[in-house]
Amino acid sequence: MLILTCPYCGLDAEETELHPGGEAHLKRVGPEGSDEEFEDYMFARKNAKGVHFERWRHAYGCGKWFLAARDTVTLQVYGTYRAQTHAPPQDIVDAIRKVRPDWQPDWSHAE
Amino acid sequence: MTHTPPFRLARGGRLIDRAFQIPFRFDGRYLRGLRGDTLASAMLASGQMLMGRSFKYHRPRGPVASGAEEPNALFGLGQGGRFEPNQRATTTALVPGMILRSQNCWPSLDADIGAVNNWLSPMLPAGFYYKTFIHPRPFWKHLFEPIIRRSAGLGRAPTDPDPDRYEQAYALYDTVVVGGGIAGLTAAREAAEKGGKVLVLEQNPVWGGRTPVDHKAGEATIQALLDDLRGRANVTLRRNTMATGLYDHGYLLAREALADHDPNQGIPRQRLWRIRAGHIVTATGALERPLAFACNDVPGVMLASAVRDFIVDYGVAPGQRIVVVTNNDDAYRTALIAQEARLDVTVLDARDSADGDLPQAARAQNITVLTGSAIAKVTGGRHVESVAVCDQKGEGKHTGTIDCDVVAMSGGWSPIVHLYSHCGGKLLWDEAQAMFRPDPDRPPLGADGRGNVTATGAASGDLRCAGDLERAEGATMPVWCMPANAPYKLRAKMWLDYQNDVKVTDVLLAAREGYASVEHTKRYTTLGMATDQGKVSNINGLAILSDALNQPIPQTGTTTFRPPYTPLTLATIAADARGEAFQPLRKTPLHAWHERHGVSWEPVGQWRRPYCYPRGDEDRHAAVNREILAVRNSVGTLDASTLGKILVKGPDAGKFLDMMYTNMMSSLPVGKCRYGLMCSENGFLMDDGVVARLTEDTWLCHTTTGGADRIHGHMEDWLQCEWWDWQVYTANVTEQYAQIAVAGPKARDLLERLPGSIDLSQQALPFMQWVEGDIAGMPARIYRISFSGELSYEIAVPAGRGLELWERLQEAGRDLGITPYGTEAMHVMRAEKGFIMIGDETDGTIIPQDLGLGWAISKKKSDYIGKRAQSRSHMKDGARWQLVGLESLDDRVIPDGALAVDEGTNPNGQRKTQGRVTSSYHSPTLGRPIAMALVRHGTGRMGQVLEFPLPSGEVLKGRICDPVFYDKEGARLNG
Amino acid sequence: MAEALATVARLDGLGMITIRADLSRSGDAIAEAAGLAIPDATRISTDGSRSLGWMSPDELLLILPAQETPDAIAALEQALAAEHALIADVSDARAVFEVIGDHASDVIAKLSPAHLDALPQDGLRRSRAAQTAAAFWRVDGGFRLIGFRSTADYLDLVLQSAACPGSGLAPR
Repeated sequence: MLILTCPYCGLDAEETELHPGGEAHLKRVGPEGSDEEFEDYMFARKNAKGVHFERWRHAYGCGKWFLAARDTVTLQVYGTYRAQTHAPPQDIVDAIRKVRPDWQPDWSHAE
Repeated sequence: MTHTPPFRLARGGRLIDRAFQIPFRFDGRYLRGLRGDTLASAMLASGQMLMGRSFKYHRPRGPVASGAEEPNALFGLGQGGRFEPNQRATTTALVPGMILRSQNCWPSLDADIGAVNNWLSPMLPAGFYYKTFIHPRPFWKHLFEPIIRRSAGLGRAPTDPDPDRYEQAYALYDTVVVGGGIAGLTAAREAAEKGGKVLVLEQNPVWGGRTPVDHKAGEATIQALLDDLRGRANVTLRRNTMATGLYDHGYLLAREALADHDPNQGIPRQRLWRIRAGHIVTATGALERPLAFACNDVPGVMLASAVRDFIVDYGVAPGQRIVVVTNNDDAYRTALIAQEARLDVTVLDARDSADGDLPQAARAQNITVLTGSAIAKVTGGRHVESVAVCDQKGEGKHTGTIDCDVVAMSGGWSPIVHLYSHCGGKLLWDEAQAMFRPDPDRPPLGADGRGNVTATGAASGDLRCAGDLERAEGATMPVWCMPANAPYKLRAKMWLDYQNDVKVTDVLLAAREGYASVEHTKRYTTLGMATDQGKVSNINGLAILSDALNQPIPQTGTTTFRPPYTPLTLATIAADARGEAFQPLRKTPLHAWHERHGVSWEPVGQWRRPYCYPRGDEDRHAAVNREILAVRNSVGTLDASTLGKILVKGPDAGKFLDMMYTNMMSSLPVGKCRYGLMCSENGFLMDDGVVARLTEDTWLCHTTTGGADRIHGHMEDWLQCEWWDWQVYTANVTEQYAQIAVAGPKARDLLERLPGSIDLSQQALPFMQWVEGDIAGMPARIYRISFSGELSYEIAVPAGRGLELWERLQEAGRDLGITPYGTEAMHVMRAEKGFIMIGDETDGTIIPQDLGLGWAISKKKSDYIGKRAQSRSHMKDGARWQLVGLESLDDRVIPDGALAVDEGTNPNGQRKTQGRVTSSYHSPTLGRPIAMALVRHGTGRMGQVLEFPLPSGEVLKGRICDPVFYDKEGARLNG
Repeated sequence: MAEALATVARLDGLGMITIRADLSRSGDAIAEAAGLAIPDATRISTDGSRSLGWMSPDELLLILPAQETPDAIAALEQALAAEHALIADVSDARAVFEVIGDHASDVIAKLSPAHLDALPQDGLRRSRAAQTAAAFWRVDGGFRLIGFRSTADYLDLVLQSAACPGSGLAPR
């Protein structure tokens, strides 16, 4: 039963007030994409052991989707941030590196 | 020696009130206890040492412990709906009129036929089931399984609904201290001084834990701490509340007993606390371990701490002559307390010397202390009669015999590490104290990545936290087997798990057979799988296994601790989510009208929708037929309020809807409606509905009944997470409106009878248009849309006025035979028209192209959700099953879901299939069965006959036909 | 028999208007049309008969006497005519309850995981009540709670049940 802070309301919401949405920072592949690209977008998920970026909706709250950087092993939450971004903001990256200096970002389309 | 009264001592008993006697019944006998007694103390005070039978061998069992770890003294408690199996006598407070039944015995506790298993025990070794019931295979289902099922399970499940109420509550604290003993109260004071909200939970009705029993000044110390804490505004003290489990991010579940077994107070019986704790302090104490000596399961063999608890707390002497057997100093407290209560005591200490302060004190009280000594064997059947004494280092050669009626054993103490471990806290093996204790360097972590649990007091391994630090205490000597070199014959009678009858030899056998993992050994032998979950047996079993594997204990590891700490009744978890409040029931504004008019309901998600309205003697089928014919021939009304209604507005709303729907919505003129399909990104059809363009920049999207919230969420997901720069707002206005479908050839006649401003003529409001205005004095939006295939209007008015409109319609249409119709009539009529239904024709693997809905997929658009997926080879495969109609060849309705078989068989030897029925009804309009089906190459196979074998062996035949059975040209709905 | 922890009563006669807009651009216009200050995030501003609640970063809920709803909608539409905004009457989509009494917060604490101690006097908390969405804020002597119309009976049931006499959350 996680607690995540909704970056829109600033409220600490517990898991029962949230709706999970799977891996974050996927890049949509439209009609022009190849079969391989589409497969990767539609089906291939990281299932990370450790640092993971995921989508959550404050469903029983403001209704907004937000993103969380979380450690799937220790349950540490490095931070939550608004969904309107293609890559985690620098303060989130810094928070992760503080705990895991060796961690390398691996999203494919960082700006 | 015999077990003789009096059992209640003349003096003492800090928790009982001798002025109040409490009657109760045990297996039909009337007994009496005192206010403050537990069931166990009241039974012992009545001379009832025999309290149960073990699970496997049905051996007689008495209480071993005095608290939550008790494995033996379990009863069926109460009667009727309040009957509960497996209630622990040691933690259940005695309440007047309580009714107890013994378990796992027949015909009675005293004369239990199942005890024959005891004589068969050499033939029932560990893994017996696995070895015996594996062959011959057919015997499993018909012989072994029924026998095992009949003898499985401890206690009897209640048969009646639980009449009591239960509830939940949420709370948030900076610090939660679990355990109201000296360590917990001290930790609470420290936390309170630092500030922040502090909660202290104590599972028992009294504070103090072991301290008041074990230390002379304990009671006063505890009282002083309580006085201090009660004076602090930031501290909450909660008794009768057991912390059952600790989960992610400091989520702590605790059960508060409010009116346990005393249902007459009218308040909830139990409350489940869902607590968010910034920091958790586990001050849960420690559990004493038994010693493994031969026949250590005979009633009267108890933990040393339990013996002194019964004496001090309840003024009950479990026996008159007590042999204390120990490997540590702590058990001498029992000897001293028993001596003070004028009971006869002898101490057998396995250690070569015992010179700590407590043993010295015992000797000073003239208590006989035999060091280096052990119990070779306990004699007695239903009760301890004597013990044979031997040398601990030897093989069990008798050096003497002591008559006694109680053996008080102590194998040392194990910290209660459950909560610490539930959420990932790690343990370390403390060689000196022979215990696993929480590793303070590897605690469970909170959301901030820091440890959020601290163990304190005995729970952290600090067994002397209650004080007495000035007293010298001798070291505990690990004793896993007594005597050390006991031969097989003795080991085969040393019990580890009392309830499940797991003995030292069972664990040794498991080790010999290759079970090196403690988790596997646990399952193979059932050690620790009883209702006490190994609280009494785990460490001893682990030590025996490690010894047999010839490796240190930490290398063998311990089993995983999982919540709940002690069993939690399901009713507490469900709390008020039962009966009418089991889940939210969504009601339309017309719900009460339907109920008054004999509705037969259909659950649709959380909604209730009218399935039909049977009249008089009609069954549901007859009612549906009548309703359909009324709509086809005159006019009917349907409550369509549950349909989702989502407003989509903004400069980019058209562009957005073009992405959401497969067809073009941006080109829809204001005032018109269009049927739209929505697919998932994976290409599959997930919802459909009519979209109306309200203004230049506003659309209203209808969804299916079950789809409203989901589709609204889907839209918001894409708007917020993908196209956040598009200017679009959505609002789910589903419940703002009551929506009523008025359908049938007389629909227009009927509506024109109501006063209003709206021209409903074919010219003014043709098919697939909408109009706004007043009808019967209500602001309304009327959509000329049809799911029945008839002339049809759907009228939306504010929900609060829905009932008024509905009643006005019924009134105005009386002479037309106006008929309210339900969802089943709607389903049949749409099937007659060949309209698909989400959830019938679709199942999450169907694309619009399968259903002949290619016309609703825009060819002009470069993109929409699902477009890329639909161009995958599998989606374009010509062999995909296609929607067709089916005519039954023998006038019978082919069952929904029936499979059309093909030539040949698959690798499993089953017939190959080439299609399945998706919707199937008797059509009263046509007077014959109709069906829709998905069939391989279906649209190219008109006229072919398919075979549908039924489970009964019969084979029904259906001829492939056009799926539109009624009014193919659409003259009626356009009329 | 002890008294209920609080009285739970369904409240009629309230109008409700959902306003979706860019609050940084349109805030002043909305405030003027609604007659109330724009509330901060997770707050509700009120003048006695009208309240304006913050529902999300781009959504407000105006609560007012039902008879004022049409005029308020017209005023808002006019004020936001030049902006990208959505205004919807949701009066009929809601059910409103008042939970009033010394132990009203116990009733809420049995149904919602929201942290009530942290709810300011002018706080509006969107959360859940048992298994259904709800929003609540403080009023004199207790709380006002809104949920959906379709689950009004369910809400009434769980609220009444949480207010059961003798079931206060204070330690026993």
